[in-house]
Amino acid sequence: MVDMLTPLLVLLCPLIAAPLIFMLGKWPNIREGVAITASIATFSLVLSMIRPVLDGDVIRCTFSQTLLPGLGIGLKVDAFGMLFALTSSSLWILVTFYSIGYMRSLKEHAQTRFYFSFALAIFGALGIAMSSNLLTLFIFYEILTVSTYALVVHDQTAEALSAGHKYFAYLLTSGCFFLFGLVMVYYLTGTTDFTNGGIAALAALNPAHKWTLIILFVCFLLGFLKVAWMPFHSWLPAAMVAPTPVSALLHAVAVVKAGVFGIVRIVCFIYGVDLMTSLGLGLLLACIAGFTMIVSNLFAIGQDNLKRRLAYSTINQLSYILLGAALLTEPGIRGAMMHIPFHGYMKITLFMCAGAIMVATGKKNISEMGGIGKTMPITMLAFTIGALGMCGIPPAVGFISKWYLCMGTYVAYETISPVMIIFLFVLLIASLLDVVYFFPILHTAFFKEPEGAVAEPKVKESTSLVVIPLAITAIFSVIFFLAFILRPVEMLAPYVDMLSMHIYDLVDVAIGDVIPS
Amino acid sequence: MTWFLAEHYPVLVIVISMFAAFTILIAGGVNKKVAFPISLATIFIQLLMAFSMLKRVLAEGPIHYQLGGWAPPWGIEYVIDTFNAYVLIVILLLSFICVIYSKRSVEKELPLKIVPFYSVLQLLITGLCGIVVTGDIFNLYVFLEISALASYALIAVAGGRSLKASYNYVIMGSMGACFYLLGAGFLYAVTGTLNMADLSALLPPLYGNRAVQAAFVFFAVGMSIKMALFPLHVWQPDAYTYAPSTVSAIIAATMSKVSVYALIRVIFSVFTIEFLQSYVGIELALCWIAAIGIIAGSVLAIQQTKLKRMLAYSSIAQIGYIVLGIGLAPISAWGLVGAIAHILNHAITKGCLFLAAGAFIYKLNLWDIKDFEGLGKKMPFASAAFTLAAIAMIGVPPCTGFATKLFLLFASLEATATMPISGYAFVVILMISTLLNIAYFWRIVDRIYFVNSGNGHHHDTKKADVPLSMVVPMLLLAVLCIVVGILWLTGVFAPMMDQMLCELGVPGGMPQW
Repeated sequence: MVDMLTPLLVLLCPLIAAPLIFMLGKWPNIREGVAITASIATFSLVLSMIRPVLDGDVIRCTFSQTLLPGLGIGLKVDAFGMLFALTSSSLWILVTFYSIGYMRSLKEHAQTRFYFSFALAIFGALGIAMSSNLLTLFIFYEILTVSTYALVVHDQTAEALSAGHKYFAYLLTSGCFFLFGLVMVYYLTGTTDFTNGGIAALAALNPAHKWTLIILFVCFLLGFLKVAWMPFHSWLPAAMVAPTPVSALLHAVAVVKAGVFGIVRIVCFIYGVDLMTSLGLGLLLACIAGFTMIVSNLFAIGQDNLKRRLAYSTINQLSYILLGAALLTEPGIRGAMMHIPFHGYMKITLFMCAGAIMVATGKKNISEMGGIGKTMPITMLAFTIGALGMCGIPPAVGFISKWYLCMGTYVAYETISPVMIIFLFVLLIASLLDVVYFFPILHTAFFKEPEGAVAEPKVKESTSLVVIPLAITAIFSVIFFLAFILRPVEMLAPYVDMLSMHIYDLVDVAIGDVIPS
Repeated sequence: MTWFLAEHYPVLVIVISMFAAFTILIAGGVNKKVAFPISLATIFIQLLMAFSMLKRVLAEGPIHYQLGGWAPPWGIEYVIDTFNAYVLIVILLLSFICVIYSKRSVEKELPLKIVPFYSVLQLLITGLCGIVVTGDIFNLYVFLEISALASYALIAVAGGRSLKASYNYVIMGSMGACFYLLGAGFLYAVTGTLNMADLSALLPPLYGNRAVQAAFVFFAVGMSIKMALFPLHVWQPDAYTYAPSTVSAIIAATMSKVSVYALIRVIFSVFTIEFLQSYVGIELALCWIAAIGIIAGSVLAIQQTKLKRMLAYSSIAQIGYIVLGIGLAPISAWGLVGAIAHILNHAITKGCLFLAAGAFIYKLNLWDIKDFEGLGKKMPFASAAFTLAAIAMIGVPPCTGFATKLFLLFASLEATATMPISGYAFVVILMISTLLNIAYFWRIVDRIYFVNSGNGHHHDTKKADVPLSMVVPMLLLAVLCIVVGILWLTGVFAPMMDQMLCELGVPGGMPQW
């Protein structure tokens, strides 16, 4: 345990940036300068906390005043929180640059509101990553919901508004379940702190109050609807009417990841692996995840709008993470934890590519994208890497997390129940379906001729502010993969680890927290 | 440090206010510009006195002040404990902020009645402070009437439709006061005293007495009318809607709170919590009436087309929260914590909402929610204040509304131990009410910022924000909505709350899990 103010500073960066952005709205360059500065400052502060976390310390920042013993607002950074904080803060920088290019190219309206809400949303996401108990998590979770509303309805069309209403209806209702769950946990145990291996007092209730615990868990599942598990997913594709940077950061990284992050927190740090196993809740969660994986992929195949297809792919990938957690085995949880940053990087690449295509050509539908690989080679190359990652094919990093998930199902088959082997097949089928809907996009882009007579396909990428961020995320998706392979080489290890932001080390530490060896 | 005349603050806080009322009337006859500064300065001094009293009470325990040196059974006694001082600060703080706001607003809405307005306003504040500081149930009735008469006048001051609203209020309010007086009379008949402390000492052997029980019900019904608890709320929407903006804000933020105060005072300091526990069923009845009020108020709010009217119905729902807390108090101390916290929370939040609604009317004469399109651009500050307060009202953490909701959830969950069905029902009702709150507040926020139906005349996005003296109070309240919420959640107020609960006779003070 180390007490530090750094977590608070991390949160202050976006929190101070937001009103500044609001006030500097008249001067776009300064306004965006503030956004960039804040994002870089946030990321550096997060990076500065890696060392102590890797050493096995937990950074705490709690307020001496608490409402009640065991119920206060507190921040803590452990390895798992660090993973999420790293992902969202590093991507915030890239997405800020990307949004500048995107929003200016498309001459979007209300840009000040956009950057303002964006900073607030990042504030919420970072707060979620660093909260030390359920109450704090809930506070930031709701801040995230409310601040993203303005982003979802950004277009202010009837469609955007109805998407916004749907978004609110789902997520705030789910917030009620979350609140109930949180109060219940406090009522039952007298604490809501995230504890390594789960809250002991909760586990002590097990044989006597089995059904209370099960119902409570279902409340939490309903409370984290940001995961968009089926059949409560329809807000996510609807929210794709938002501008692409919003879909990219918030609907691929911050919002939905906040959901999976929360569920993994509940599974590993509130209930604990042992309690989950003895209640059989792993199977329940795995069934939900498996169902969602298959069905969302089937839905995705039918979509022609690129962003909507990506949205369904997100739903599918989130369920990978859920499944990993549900397996309650070491490799499964490892895969789930890894997939949070990895999926973030890969999915944001895909979304940013979709946005780049829109900026350069104005095309939204896949069927219109014939020959686009020739006119926008960098973008489509990046897209290919992202797509490979989604399908779990090397050299993109998606392969590694999927490998661990498969291992997880096998270990679960051996140690928990033979039924779990089903989920290996579910995983493989889902991966196959991933291929079914991603490869046609690549095929259209690279091998189909564009519609109408075009004399000579000229390279016409969108502005560099748009292209460079997506190239960087694509490169990192590969770097993470290479890092995994090169880590065993002793000479290279320190450099490789640094380049991959120590993600693998952090996962190791986090696993140690969840499953004490 | 000893303050000037510190031992006389309990009575001075009322006296200077009453003198200010007459000074304004006389001095205003010479020059009407002095009305506002006198009123503002008076309230500011009252506020300082209230803070000093709170400080003293926290350090030394309750202050007993005997008017004219006559000891309690014969004379009137003023008692200041933590709860009084807290409510006094809430009232005066809100009045202070609203009076700053009122300057420009009254100049525009009532240009010919500035002097009488401030004079009567000062009388209203006198009455409200009096209700809070007194330790005598008949004296409380007197101040209740003073504040009620002042508020009838303030509501009617604009003329036109407000006359009818005020008339309805006169009838209903008088009935409420009558019920209160009947209750006081019954207690006097049974015990022969009107002093609250004496009553609470004499009553315990008489808890089974029908007259005492009837007195309790009279008090409860009387104050329910005054605070507009569903279904006794019918006077309230019109009164809030047609009153001048400042008056709506002051009445909604402070007057209903003072009625709540009186109810809590009578229940806990006169009858005590043991009475509630012995009078089987009464607490459950209160809870369920409140719970129905929460839902009904919200549902009615959804149907409204005028902003101020909608806010009025929202107040009805919010009063339900407070009464639910009171009703749960005998079972779980959390209930009382929630009720007392919501006195402050609702005052700030609803005050801010009414001020913002007044700003929309002041500048653009907008009453109907459907006309609010594009307001976010035209009046950025008023809209921002409104949105923040709406978010706080919905109960998004870490704002004020969330703190209340959390306390009431604790109370309901604790109640499940003795009455599982009702306890869980209240949990569900609190959740549903949150959703209903979102439904009716968010459609306004939507209109202000996002809806763009393309009606031509809404497209002039020229900024038209209200003057600084109106913007600052709104933004101040909006910021308070968040700050106070955080203060509740971090437990800064917990020691004060602990002392309050002990003084109100809740065993164990602030609940510990």
